[in-house]
Amino acid sequence: MSDKLKIANVSRRRFLKGLTATGALVIAARWTPAVFAQGEEPDDKKKYGADAMSHGWVDDPDVFISIAPDDTVTIINHRGEMGQGIRTSVVMVMADEMGADWQKVRAEQAIANEEKYGNQNTDGSRSMRHWFDPLRRAGAAARTMLEQAAASQWGVPVAECRTDVHRVIHVPTKRALTFGALATAAAEQPVPDRADLKLKSPDQWRYIMREPRDFPKANDEQPLAVDGMDILTGKALFAADVSWDNMLYALIARPPSYGSGVKSFDDKKALAVPGVIRVIEMPTATQPSGYEPMGGVAVLAESTWAAMQGRKALSIEWDNGPAGANATYDSAEFRKLLEKRAQKPGKIAAQKGDIAAARKAAAQSLSVNYYAPHMAQAPMEPMAAIVRIDGDKAEVWTSVQNPQAARDGVAKRLGLKPENVTVQCGLMGGGFGRKAKPDYVFEAADLSKAMDGRPVRVQWTREDDLHNGYFHTVALEHMEGYLDDNKRVAGWLHRSLAPSISSLFAPDAEYQSAAELGMGIRNMPFDIPAIQQENGEAEGHIRIGWFRAVYNVPHAFAIQSFVAELAHLAGRDHREFLLELLGPDRQIDPGKQDIFNYGEDPARYPIDTARYRAVIERATREAGWGKKMPANRGLGLAVHNSFVSYCAVVMDVEVTDAGEVIVHRADMAFDCGPQINPDRVAAQLEGACVMGTGIALMTEITAKDGRIQQDNFHQYRVPRINESPREIHVHAVNNNLETPIGGVGEPGLPPVAPALCNAIFAATGKRIRSLPVADQLKT
Amino acid sequence: MIKLTINGEPRSLDVPADTPILWVLRDTLKLTGTRFGCGMALCGACTVHMDGNPIRSCTTPISMAEGKHITTIEAMEQDPVGRRVQQAWMDEAVAQCGFCQGGQVMSAVALLKNNPNPDDAQIDSHMSGNICRCGAYPRIRKAIHRAAESSGVSVDESLFTEVKA
Repeated sequence: MSDKLKIANVSRRRFLKGLTATGALVIAARWTPAVFAQGEEPDDKKKYGADAMSHGWVDDPDVFISIAPDDTVTIINHRGEMGQGIRTSVVMVMADEMGADWQKVRAEQAIANEEKYGNQNTDGSRSMRHWFDPLRRAGAAARTMLEQAAASQWGVPVAECRTDVHRVIHVPTKRALTFGALATAAAEQPVPDRADLKLKSPDQWRYIMREPRDFPKANDEQPLAVDGMDILTGKALFAADVSWDNMLYALIARPPSYGSGVKSFDDKKALAVPGVIRVIEMPTATQPSGYEPMGGVAVLAESTWAAMQGRKALSIEWDNGPAGANATYDSAEFRKLLEKRAQKPGKIAAQKGDIAAARKAAAQSLSVNYYAPHMAQAPMEPMAAIVRIDGDKAEVWTSVQNPQAARDGVAKRLGLKPENVTVQCGLMGGGFGRKAKPDYVFEAADLSKAMDGRPVRVQWTREDDLHNGYFHTVALEHMEGYLDDNKRVAGWLHRSLAPSISSLFAPDAEYQSAAELGMGIRNMPFDIPAIQQENGEAEGHIRIGWFRAVYNVPHAFAIQSFVAELAHLAGRDHREFLLELLGPDRQIDPGKQDIFNYGEDPARYPIDTARYRAVIERATREAGWGKKMPANRGLGLAVHNSFVSYCAVVMDVEVTDAGEVIVHRADMAFDCGPQINPDRVAAQLEGACVMGTGIALMTEITAKDGRIQQDNFHQYRVPRINESPREIHVHAVNNNLETPIGGVGEPGLPPVAPALCNAIFAATGKRIRSLPVADQLKT
Repeated sequence: MIKLTINGEPRSLDVPADTPILWVLRDTLKLTGTRFGCGMALCGACTVHMDGNPIRSCTTPISMAEGKHITTIEAMEQDPVGRRVQQAWMDEAVAQCGFCQGGQVMSAVALLKNNPNPDDAQIDSHMSGNICRCGAYPRIRKAIHRAAESSGVSVDESLFTEVKA
C-alpha cells in the first residue's frame, strides 16, 4: 500500500466549487455530465459524444494514475480489451502526456465502476473518440503535479521546471528528480485547474500518433502491446482462465428456439456421469428477452468434461408454445416473405424530390433486390463467466464489453447493492458485439445463487454460441434507380427490410429504428434530385443483436453494389460515376434532417463529401484503378461512412474457372481523423478486411424449424488463412489533429463485401446480389 | 493412472481415459494457455505438440498420450524455435484479441521445425487449421517468414530442441 502513493488531493481543484464531500469516487461522479446538466450547464443543452454516455467521462489523474517510489507508473485502463488494443492505447495516451517511460509503465484493468471511471461500455467504436481528450488531461495533470512537486522541493519557480522522460528537470541548473523520487510530494500537490492545464504539443509526443517505423527515435522505444508476450506465452487471462476454490463447472442446454422453455426433462443419466453434481432447471425468458438468459437445463460438475458429458446425457422435452412463430422460423421462407413485402411500399423514412416523376421520365431504370443473411459474431473465445456470492457480496470474473451492465444486472437479480458486486474482466477473446450482452454472466449468477453462493463457472461451447446467440439481422434491400437522358441518376429508391435490434427489448418492434436507418441509408450523401427511402416491415424470430458495424453491413452492400450496377447500366466507369454521385464537396448537416450521427455533434461531425472523395481517390490510386487486368480478374470499389469515419476499399479479385474466388490484394483508404495508435488502426482495418471477405464469400447463419442449422466451424464458415486476401494495404487519409477523431473498430467492415462483389463482376460479369457468394460462381 | 510427460515434467494423472487432453491441461493442471475454441478440431486454438507433432488437444483423449511428451504454449519460451516465433509475432504485432495466438504459435513452431523456410503456399496450407476471427492472417504470414529468416544457423538449434523435448 505504502509503496503505491496515489496522486491525490483532487478536492483542491478550484473547479469544484461548493463541493463539500471529498474522495476521488465522489468527485469523479461529480464530473459526469449528468451533474453538469443539473448544475453548471443549461438543462436544455443537447449532449453529444462522451457527454451523452451513461456516467460520461472522467479526467481525474487520481482515478487512473499512480506512481510508486521505485519509479513504476501504474495506469488503469477502464475500457474492454477485445483485440482492438485499447489496453495499450488508453495507457499510452496518459503515459505520453505525463512523460512516463513506457518501460516503467504497468497497465491495470479497472473493475466495473462507471461512477468512478466514467463510461465503460466498449461498443460503437467509441473508446478513443470519446476518451482521447479526457485521458490527455489526466496525464497532463499528473505531469503538472510532478513539476510542482519538484519546483517546491528545489524552491524554484515551476516555470523553470520541465518533464522529459520519467523525470523532472530544473532547466537552469540541470538538476533532475525521477518520478519515483517525486511520487510522495506530487501526491500532496493540488490537481491543477482543467483550464490551466498545459497539454503537450504534438511534436512533444513520443508515442501518440507514432508509427512503428518511427522507432527508435532518440531514446524512444515503441510502446509494445501491454499483453503482447503474455498472449504468446499462454499467461494472458481470458474469461475461462481463472479458477476459484470449490468451483463448479456448468454447461447449459438452452432452448432450441427463442422463447421456448422446458416442458420436462430426465436427468438420471446425466447425474450418473462421474463428476456431475447437480442438474438445475433455469427459468425461461419471456419475449422480448433483452439480456435475460434463455433458460434451459444446467449441468454442474467437477470438470468441464464431466459437465459436457452430463449435458449430452440429458433428455429434455421442450415446450415451444411460448416461442410462438419463432418455433417454426425458417430463414429461407422468411427471405421469400421479405421479397414479397418488398414489392409494396414501406413506411417513408425520408423523401426528397419527386421519385414518381423520375420514374416516369427515366431513360433507363434498374430495380433489384439484395439479400444479406444472419450471421453470428463467433468470437474465438466462447462466452464464460464465474460468479460467487458471499452474504451480501458477489464477485464476478468474466469478459464483457459492458461491465457496468453486468454489475447492475447481477446486483438486481441477486438483490444486492451494485457497490457490493465486483466485476473483474479479463481479456475478451473477441467480442464483435456479442459480448455487449452479459446474459452469460447472469446465468452464472443464477447458478451460484442456486448453489448457495458456491463459485460456478458457466462455459459456453461453440455450438451454444452458434445456436443461442444474438444474431446479426437479416436484410432484404430493394433498390430502384432511374437514369435520365444524360445517363445521370435522377431517382433513387431504397426500401430496406430488416428485423430491428429493438425487437430484443420491445414488443412489436417490426421496423428498423432511426439509428439503424442512419447506418448507411439516411446519411447517404448522394447528390440525386429525387430520393425516397423506405422502412419495410420485418419482425425478429431469433434474438437480434449487435454485430460489428451492425446495419451498415447490409446497407452498404446494397448501396455500393447498386451504384456499380447503375454505372454499368450507364456505361460509365464506376469510380467516375461514384464521384459524380457524391456531387460537389460539401458538408451535410445530419442534425437538420434528424439523421442519426452516432451520438456526435452534427456541427463537429457533419457528413463530409470531401472526405468520401479523398478516400475514394486514395484507394483507387493505390490500387492502380483503370489498369489492364488479366483474364478472370477485376478491381472492385466501394466506399462507406460509419461511426463518423470514412473508408474506401478496392479489391483485386480473381475468379478461377472452377468458380473459386482469390483475393489478390485489398487497398483500404481510411479516414478516422487522427490515428492515435496507427499500428492498431491498421490491424483493425486488416481484420475488417478479412471478416468482410468472409461476409462476402462464406459466412451465413440459417434457421429451419426454429433452430439454427450451423453447429460449429465446419458449417459456420469464417475465413481461414488460405481464404483471406493475399495482401492488405491500409492507407491513412486525414491522419491529422484538425480532423475530428472517428471510430476505428467497425467502419472498415461495411465497404469490404460490396467492393469484393463489384470486383467479381469486373472479373466475370456475374453480379452477386445475395450474400454469401458460397457456390454461386461454381458451374 | 495415465503416465506422460508434460512440458518436460513426468506426470501421473488420475482422470477418465476419454478426457480430451485440453481439459486435463486446463481443468486439472491449470495450464490455461491452451484454449477451447470449438471442441471439434476445427479451429486450432487448442493446438499442442505430442512428441513434437501438432495435435488438436480438444479431440485427443488423454489415453492417447500415455508415455508421450506433450508440449504446450507455456513451454515455448524454452524452445529456440518457439522463442524465435514469439519474437517474430511481437515484431509484427500479430495478436489482436490473442485468444487463438497460442495455437497459432504452436502450429507455426511445428511448421518451422519441419520446414525451416516455408513459402506462402506452404504457410497457408499448414496454418489453415488455425482460425483467427480477428483476421490477423497477413501478419501471421509475415511473422512466419520473419521467424524463418531469423533462423540463420539456428536451424540446428531447433533440431537440438526436438531431442531435448
